[in-house]
Order: sequence, then C-alpha cells, then structure tokens
Amino acid sequence: MRSYSGSFVLDQFRRAFAICKKDMRIYYFKGPVIIFGLLLPLFLFLAFSIGRELPLSFLIPGMLGMTLFFTSTSVVPVIAPWETRMRTFERLASAPVTVTTIIFGDILASAIFGLFISIILTAISLLVGVSMANLPIVLFSIILSSFCFSSLGALLSAPPSDTPATVMMLSSLIKFPLIFVSGIFIPLENMPLWGRIIAHLSPLTYFVDLVRASTQGISQLPPLLDLAALLAFTFSFFYIAVRLHERSVSQRI
Amino acid sequence: MDYAVVVSNLTKRYGSLIAVDHISFKVKRGEFFGFLGPNGAGKTTTIRILTGILKPDEGAVSVMGYDMGRDKVKARQIMGIVPEMANVYIDLTVWQNLMFMGELYGVPKNLRQKRAEMLLRELDLHKKRNMKAKKLSKGMRQRLLLCMALLNDPEILFLDEPTVGLDVQSAHAIRRILRSLNEEKGVTIFLTTHNMEEADQLCDRIAIINHGKIAAIDTPEMLRRIMREIQCVEVSFNKPLSVKDLLGLPYVNEVRRVGRIFRLYTNSPFDLIEKIIDYGKRRNLKLTWLQVLAPKLEDVFLRITGDKN
Repeated sequence: MRSYSGSFVLDQFRRAFAICKKDMRIYYFKGPVIIFGLLLPLFLFLAFSIGRELPLSFLIPGMLGMTLFFTSTSVVPVIAPWETRMRTFERLASAPVTVTTIIFGDILASAIFGLFISIILTAISLLVGVSMANLPIVLFSIILSSFCFSSLGALLSAPPSDTPATVMMLSSLIKFPLIFVSGIFIPLENMPLWGRIIAHLSPLTYFVDLVRASTQGISQLPPLLDLAALLAFTFSFFYIAVRLHERSVSQRI
Repeated sequence: MDYAVVVSNLTKRYGSLIAVDHISFKVKRGEFFGFLGPNGAGKTTTIRILTGILKPDEGAVSVMGYDMGRDKVKARQIMGIVPEMANVYIDLTVWQNLMFMGELYGVPKNLRQKRAEMLLRELDLHKKRNMKAKKLSKGMRQRLLLCMALLNDPEILFLDEPTVGLDVQSAHAIRRILRSLNEEKGVTIFLTTHNMEEADQLCDRIAIINHGKIAAIDTPEMLRRIMREIQCVEVSFNKPLSVKDLLGLPYVNEVRRVGRIFRLYTNSPFDLIEKIIDYGKRRNLKLTWLQVLAPKLEDVFLRITGDKN
C-alpha cells in the first residue's frame, strides 16, 4: 500500500499539473471559452481600430493587452461551474489534493491558453515590423500577466454557481470596465486625474504600460514598478480566490 | 483493537437543521461496514465528513489513524472514494479518466497503466477503454467510477449508494468486486445504502442512521431478529370485524387496520396463517385477502426508534 511520500509541495505541484492537463483537454474548446476568449477581443479590437489612422506601435500594446486579458480570464471561470453542473467536482475535491492545488491547476490551464495566443500575436507583431525595444521584458510581462489575469478569473468563478453563463456574465461585468480604464483605447496621459486613479486599480494598466514602453518608448511608471504591481495583484487574486473557493466547496457538492 | 474509522460525537448542522446529531461509532480494520438509512437520514453528510469534503461542527473523525481535521490529504491518499451522484469526465475517454485519477493520486505511470488494464478487464470495460465516457451507460459509468476509486490500491473504500439505479448486471459486478476486495485483500469497506438486502448480503456490521442519529449498530443477523418480530400478515374477510376480534389470536403481537385490511404483526407468520384459517372456519368467514409482508427498512427503523423511546 502506498502512503503519502516525498515533498508535499512538489507532489501537489505535480497533481496541479495533472488537473491542468485535464482542463486543457476538456475546456479549451468549450463554446464560452472560444466566444469570450477569442472572438470578443477580436471584434472589440476591430471595432476600435477600423477606419482610424492609428500607428501599429499604439495599437499592438492594446491588442496584446486585450487578448491576454480576455484569453487568460476565459478558461478558468468556466471550469468551476461546469464541474459543479456535471457532478465531477466532488470526485476531484475528495482526491488527495488541497483546494490550493485545484485552483492552481485551473489557473495554470487558463494562463497557458492566454500565453499561447499572446505569443502568437507577439510573433505576428514582430513579423509585420512592430519594434519591441525590450523583448525579454515584454515576454516576462506576458507570462506574469497571464497568471495575474487567470487568478482574477479564478476569483470571479468563486460564487458557487452551476451555470457557466452566470459566472461569465458576472466576470464580464468586472472585465469590461477594466478594459476601458486600462489605457488600451485611451492613453493614460489623455485621461483626467480621476480616470488615472481608477486606472491604477486595474492590473491590465501595468501590463499595457510595460508593452507600450517597449513599442513606443512611452510609459507612465518605471518597468520595475509595473512588474511589482502585477506581482502584487497576482498574489492577492490567488490568495483571495483560494480562500473563497475553500468556503464554497460545500455548496458545490 | 485496531480501528479503521473512529467517529466521536460527530455533529453537522445546516442552519437550524441538524443533519448529523452527535454520532459515535468505530469500524474495525478489514471490516465491511454498512451505513443504512432512508433519504435525508444523514448518510451522505456523514460520508462526506469521513472523506474530508465537509467539516463537522462538532466532534472528531480519524481514518486509518489520520485525524481528518489535520491530515485529510494524507488520509485520502490511502482511501478510495465513490461519491453519491458523482460523474466521470464525459469529455474524456475511459482510459483518460483513469490516467487522470492515477496522476491525482501520484501513482507512477507504469503502475497506473498496469492497474488500469487489470481493473478495466475485471469490471468488463476493457473494450470501451478508448470510448468517450459520455457514450457509456449509467451502469458502465458507475463501474468506471469504481475503477477510478481502486486505481490507487486503497486500504479503505468509501462508497455512497454505489448501486442505486443500476442494471442488475452492473450492480452484481460491483457487489462481486467489493466482496472480493474485502475478503481477499482485506480492504476495509464503508458502504452507505438504503438497500437492506444489499447490506445484508455484504456487510459484517450495519449501522442504521435515522434523523441524524444512530438508531442501531449490529450484525445483519441481529438486525434480522428485530425484523422477524415485525413481520406481518395482511388479512381481510367477507364480513366486517374489529381489531379486538383479531387481537385475541395466538402469535399476534399487534393489529392495525388499513382500510378493509388488517395487519397482524407476528414473530411466526406461518403459524399465524393456520390460526387465521381456523378462525375463519369456526366463524363461517371467507378469506378475501391474505398476504405475508416482508418487513421494510422503514419498519425496522420504526421498531428500533420506538423501542428506544
């Protein structure tokens, strides 16, 4: 008989990766993920950019930010209500894994989805001639932000609903205002003071600021401060998401 | 004595409803333990606390020596669990479901593949291994859930109503596997069911829970003795009679009237039938209804709780 052995953290990380693989197989091609993760940011971007003479160096950071934000927050809010509805959650929650492990696995799946699409978009941007002065920082910020936005998605999926549409609607209520205040459509320098204050409450602002520094050489904050803010948002979202999901386990079974 | 499960003063409330009310019991290692009760009696809440899904409001639980408050992840490593109404991942194949479960329990790749092959053959699912689980029947899904619960080679198995609504073949296959796991491998089994016959066939001991309280814990033989006392014969005649007329018959413990039919409770239904026939002949009465009723689980509950009160 096998008892629990080895490093607890390492073992839980392996199990989180198993959960991530399961999520990738099941949820990447679900309707809400395709609609809210891929089509919606594409249409929003087209509506914003078509017919306007805007330079690519301005458009790309916004496009990248919006894509990463929507893709990274599209998978994880589907998982919890879907598993509740399909009655697979109790089996998962009764395995030798903590709620932290389950949430981390879900976040990992969502972050990889966002990363994959955003890396393709970055490669296309480079191919069409957009210059990125500091590519490693852009890539690092994409990785960090994918986890940050996925953690936000996990937080938004905490209400114990068994209807993915309800959770998607709730998360859209939070996500859309953030898109409009994060310097994607209106640069921060053109916003009134109150707008800039609200903008700094959105993690997306720091990502767009980092990318814009790389493509346009314009930024509101030093890159290190942007990265520190993203890191702080990531840990906060993850911590709150885990605590809320721990409280909602009994209502999901 | 080495116990697999020790439950002390366990209580769980949902608002003002007490789902589990200060229950205590022990399950021995290697025992096949049945947990019976009607719907809403507290069976599922209890098993969810035992497996660490729910936290109790009061009391303590230890499983295989692990405190479920402190060490539930470690305890679950040596548990196999088939929750009530649980489902497999219908978008994954049978094989992918099993491999996922193996990874969740940290079973090395070679071992999980070997065990999965063996279990699929044993539960007659091997031909379906590459089929998406959504195409499986309810019985096959339940068998797959059992395979998933056994993939980590558990020392203790918790099953919540595993045969409810299944076809005869699947229910039989599950019972056969459970019996062999218990007898041949010494796996402790904790089974909740409301099927008295199933529990009677499989279990070494049975606890009956009703309204969140343990009403009785005993061997099936001892519980059957209680059942024998509440067997009853239903009878009606072509002329009206009163309860008093029939209460005087030998072997009758109690008489209840249900419409035109009388229920005569007895320890000896067949002796009583002879007396009923004699009684009819002596009074020139013709029998219009005669039936021996096997006691229902509900009758056992009523008797047990009635005796205690």
